[in-house]
Amino acid sequence: MTTWKSVLAAAAIALASCTAASAARTDLVLGVPLEPPHLDPTAGAAAAIDEVLYANVFEGLTRIGSRGEVLPALAESWTVSDGGKTYTFKLHTGVKFHDGTDFDAEDVKFSLDRARADDSTNAQKGLFAAIDTVEVVDPATVKVTLKSPQGSFLYNMGWGDAVIVAPESAETNKEKPVGTGPFKFDKWAKGSSITLVKSADYWGEPAMLEKAEFRIIPDAAAAVPALLSGDVQALPNFQLGDALPQVQSDARFKVVVGATEGETVLSTNNKKPPFDQLKVRQAIAHALDRKAIIDGASAGLGVPIGSHFSPANSAYVDLTGTYPFDPEKSRALLKEAGFEDGIKATLKLPPVGYARDGGQIIASQLRDVGIDLEIIPVEWADWLKQVFTEKDYDLSIVSHTEPNDIDIYSRKDYYFNYDNPAFDKVIEELNLTSDDARRTELYHQAQKILADDAVNGFLFELPKIGIWDAKVEGLWENSPIQANDLTKVKWVD
Amino acid sequence: MTAYLGKRLLIGLATLLVASVVVFAILEILPGDPARLMLGMNATADAVEALRNEMGLNEGLLPRYLAWVGGMLSLDFGRSYTYSVPVIELIRERAIVSVPLALMSLALSTAIAIPVGVFAAARRGRPADTVAMAASQLGVAVPNFWFALLLVYVFAVWLRLVPAGGFPGWSAGAWPALKALILPSIALAVPQAAILARVTRSALLDVLGEDFIRTARAKGLPRGAVLWRHALRNAMLPVLTIMGLQFGFLLAGTIIIENVFSLPGLGRLIFQALNQRDLIVVEGIVMLLVATIVAVNLLVDLSYAIVDPRLRTAR
Repeated sequence: MTTWKSVLAAAAIALASCTAASAARTDLVLGVPLEPPHLDPTAGAAAAIDEVLYANVFEGLTRIGSRGEVLPALAESWTVSDGGKTYTFKLHTGVKFHDGTDFDAEDVKFSLDRARADDSTNAQKGLFAAIDTVEVVDPATVKVTLKSPQGSFLYNMGWGDAVIVAPESAETNKEKPVGTGPFKFDKWAKGSSITLVKSADYWGEPAMLEKAEFRIIPDAAAAVPALLSGDVQALPNFQLGDALPQVQSDARFKVVVGATEGETVLSTNNKKPPFDQLKVRQAIAHALDRKAIIDGASAGLGVPIGSHFSPANSAYVDLTGTYPFDPEKSRALLKEAGFEDGIKATLKLPPVGYARDGGQIIASQLRDVGIDLEIIPVEWADWLKQVFTEKDYDLSIVSHTEPNDIDIYSRKDYYFNYDNPAFDKVIEELNLTSDDARRTELYHQAQKILADDAVNGFLFELPKIGIWDAKVEGLWENSPIQANDLTKVKWVD
Repeated sequence: MTAYLGKRLLIGLATLLVASVVVFAILEILPGDPARLMLGMNATADAVEALRNEMGLNEGLLPRYLAWVGGMLSLDFGRSYTYSVPVIELIRERAIVSVPLALMSLALSTAIAIPVGVFAAARRGRPADTVAMAASQLGVAVPNFWFALLLVYVFAVWLRLVPAGGFPGWSAGAWPALKALILPSIALAVPQAAILARVTRSALLDVLGEDFIRTARAKGLPRGAVLWRHALRNAMLPVLTIMGLQFGFLLAGTIIIENVFSLPGLGRLIFQALNQRDLIVVEGIVMLLVATIVAVNLLVDLSYAIVDPRLRTAR
């Protein structure tokens, strides 16, 4: 047994050194937990769609870089005029869609008009709400006029939901996506894998990989053996599990813990008594021990937050000290609010690890100060219906993964039921401001108001755990938007 | 015989009809809006409404039920909400993984169980019997997903003989495709084989105590001939019944095993569809599974008649 195993091992080593002598590998298999329902980023919210196609197959006017910055993409430059109401985009020329048709200003107009049409099923229709008209000036110039200035317009145009599609292929993108990116779609074996290959006539810097396969591995326990056996070489979004230490101690792999845009919060129904009282919400904030929650719900990897903002963003302020962990203070506040006999409430938890694990810990922390929570586990579809749409809940735990989404607190009828005119004014001004220094200042104000109002229990920023072969370079460490950008990925020896 | 068969057939059809009503009703009262689920938390209300119209969710319950059942009669299972392709196409794509998997497991479990059961019965009370029954006890007790992971670590990670999961597709050639199904079918077959072996053994022991066995032995037939030709054939009725029931469990078992091995089969499809509230897909597959089980039971009833000639004339 031992003898032939070592013979095998020797053969494997010999084989490995052979291949090492030749050129570096140009193919990559990535394991992803969820299969996209279809392949059109402009017609669905599923992160799995963008995680395969964004920046690889489809491109927008702008794009979001690995640190969350706005970069030029199909628009090589732009000018802003008319007090921030008019954007004139200068487009790259000589760009072709993967089916051979030319890309020009007409495609931009088509894509933006399609996304904001009445019958549009774009999941992020709000991104386009500020657009008044889209005009084709010449084949390489597009003029977008907004109803009112919008500071985040260029960022919005970098979302996966705002990618540019061609009228010839828009209807069939769900099955056979046609974009302008450095990779083109090759095949989709439903339930198994999606394969992209390098596009030979890409307009920009060509990709270094010839072929990339996204293999769907739904079970976290199955993802690790697939990595260990060499079937897949990267798990860019590893689902937290007991197997992490096993991989961490293996020199063949790199484990990279980065940040996402996912603010994990104890969502609170701000209109439902007794949570409509500031004192009660403050009491909850004082009762939460973030360290214990992060240890239990994200293996100690999450970064604590004190408001609804990502610590990776340059406009972040640390407000975790607003209501420090202090059970005594919490009990006193409950007493002041007239609840010395305690509070009974429900905690509805969606089927994700951080919520189910975090929920247990939070329930025990709140019980300690006299708030007795009944835990009700629900499915995603049920969560979206009961909690998100019908607002039939007291407390819940969820991660808000959309980037830069502090404005959700100013939305009328959003499920937090939060209503603060002072906050709305800040967001309104933010929309009208494009000066960076002023925007940062406004972001600070907005974060502070939410923290002071203890709108939700602000817990931690969801970590992104990426595991890949130590010889692979160029995958994103952080996840400023949901994407697996492969444009700079390569094998090194 | 015809009357017997006709009656079975009618019962089968009635089962299908009742199942269609139950399946449709249960999935309709399941909370959750498929359109909202697809578009997510940031979608505007009018975008969700536009998608609901596109999916045909705004029509009444009865027209939708009738359209669904009517369609199925002509093998039109509707269009998937999420994949927006005909459901029958999805089922066909997935069945070419699940059906071979189920058949391989069934063959494997029978090939293990019958000899083990016969062997144990023939050596009743001796050490071989004890060992065989202890092994089958273990097989019944071990959960198949855990056993599956164990197989993966030994044969894929350690020995690297087979892939750790995934399916290359039949287009990659018969051998690579079959290779991907080896571990899953073993994982599915072993617990089934364990049960089947126990049933075979006890059914055989019952028969071995009968008078006609003593007669056969007395007239000088060799032990093997008595065991395999006379005893086993008479012991087949309970064994066949269990095999028929197991086929249902096999289909349910594929949901777990296909997830562990990332196989694109019917089990994965139904699991995914249920999570995405792709109700039309769930309904289609469940009906197909019901139909399969009804058909298998019909086959089992038929095989009774083959095994036991008395049934052919008596009813």
